[in-house]
Formats: sequence, structure tokens, C-alpha cells
Amino acid sequence: MSVTVKFFASLREVLGKGELSITIETPTDIATLWEAATEGKPFPEHILIAINQHYVEINSVVNNDDEVAFFPPVTGG
Amino acid sequence: MPVKIVTEAFNPWEILQSHEQNLQEKAGKCGALSNFIGRMRDYNEGDDVTQMYLEHYPAMTTAHLNTICEEAMQKWDILDCLIVHRVGEINPTDTIVLVAAWAGHRGSAFSACRYLIEELKHRAPFWKRETLLNGDVRWVEKNTSGDL
Repeated sequence: MSVTVKFFASLREVLGKGELSITIETPTDIATLWEAATEGKPFPEHILIAINQHYVEINSVVNNDDEVAFFPPVTGG
Repeated sequence: MPVKIVTEAFNPWEILQSHEQNLQEKAGKCGALSNFIGRMRDYNEGDDVTQMYLEHYPAMTTAHLNTICEEAMQKWDILDCLIVHRVGEINPTDTIVLVAAWAGHRGSAFSACRYLIEELKHRAPFWKRETLLNGDVRWVEKNTSGDL
């Protein structure tokens, strides 16, 4: 089971990685995926989450082949 | 209802003029055009800023901007709308964003235009990293309020 994980902006710099493929038993939850993708780093406050380019809450379910993105508050415009 | 992400400097007035030339049969029905242009300032939070880098999440950005346009078209009686947003390296005075709404009357045009820019700022996955005059580099942590 594979999930693509992406980190953007300041979060990418803090973690030192922008994208990785995680082999994990699915379905799983965001917290478990975060722990696997970051080697157990604490989950930062105010981080936004998207699954397959749609915003989701932290209690959302992650399935096989999903693309899960973590990023700080947006600042465009 | 075009949405464009651009990596080069753009002239918002040329884009508006070009789009208006392509309104065709809608042109005679457009009594109002409301637009917002956002530019890069040379200061932020009391510091001189010399350059900015705008990062985005390409697949999600385009989808969200299209959704925001569709929502505006559904909420108000507007005939067309437009969003152009810059990414990459940006210099002070460069245009960052152009949003525009065409409608029969000003009420719908004003409301839709404000909706486009406010929703973009709250939802579209862009992030600004600024370089200060003293060489420091920092991420912008939050947008300023658009409240009146």
C-alpha cells in the first residue's frame, strides 16, 4: 500500500523534504501517516491538510494511492 | 472564465483589454467591470523587502481557483470572471494577482470581485517567502485582513 506525501513552503524547509512515497497499511489516519512520514515529529499547530487536492480535517481517512499534502496557512494574493 | 498561473511579469491592463475583446456577444450586456490588482510592496511588518518568492501547489491551486470562479458565477448574476496569479520570483511593484468580474450592474460586479480575491487569499495554496534588505529570508505567516 502506497501513499504520496507532500510538504510545502516553511514546513518543507523545516522537515527537509518535499515529497515522499510511504508504504503503509491502508486505510489509515492522518496522524499515523504523519508519524511515518516525519519519523515521529510533533504535529505543528495550524497546519492545513489536503487529500487528493481537497482540504480535509485531521480525522480523515487515507486510502491506497492517495496524495496527502501538509502545508502552513496560505498567503497568496 | 479563465484561470491562469503565470511565471513571468504581466500587465493586468493588457489582460483585461484582451479579455474584453473576447467577450463577444456578452459585451453588450456588461454594464459593469470590477477588478482588483494586488502588487508586491517594498515593505512588510516594518522591514524593507527587496524580493519575494511565491510557491504554490500546482494541481490544487488551479482546481481551487476554478472552483472559486464557479462559486462566484453561481452566487451572483455575473457574466464572466477572471483570475491571473503570479508565482516564482517577484520584485517590488510587480503585479501578483488580478481578479475581475463582469456583470450587468455594479452590485454583482463589486460583490463577485471581492469574493474572488477574499476566497483566493483564504483557500488557494500559495505561500510567500520574502527577502529583506538586510539579507534575511522569511516566510509570510498570514495574510492581512481584507475587512473594511
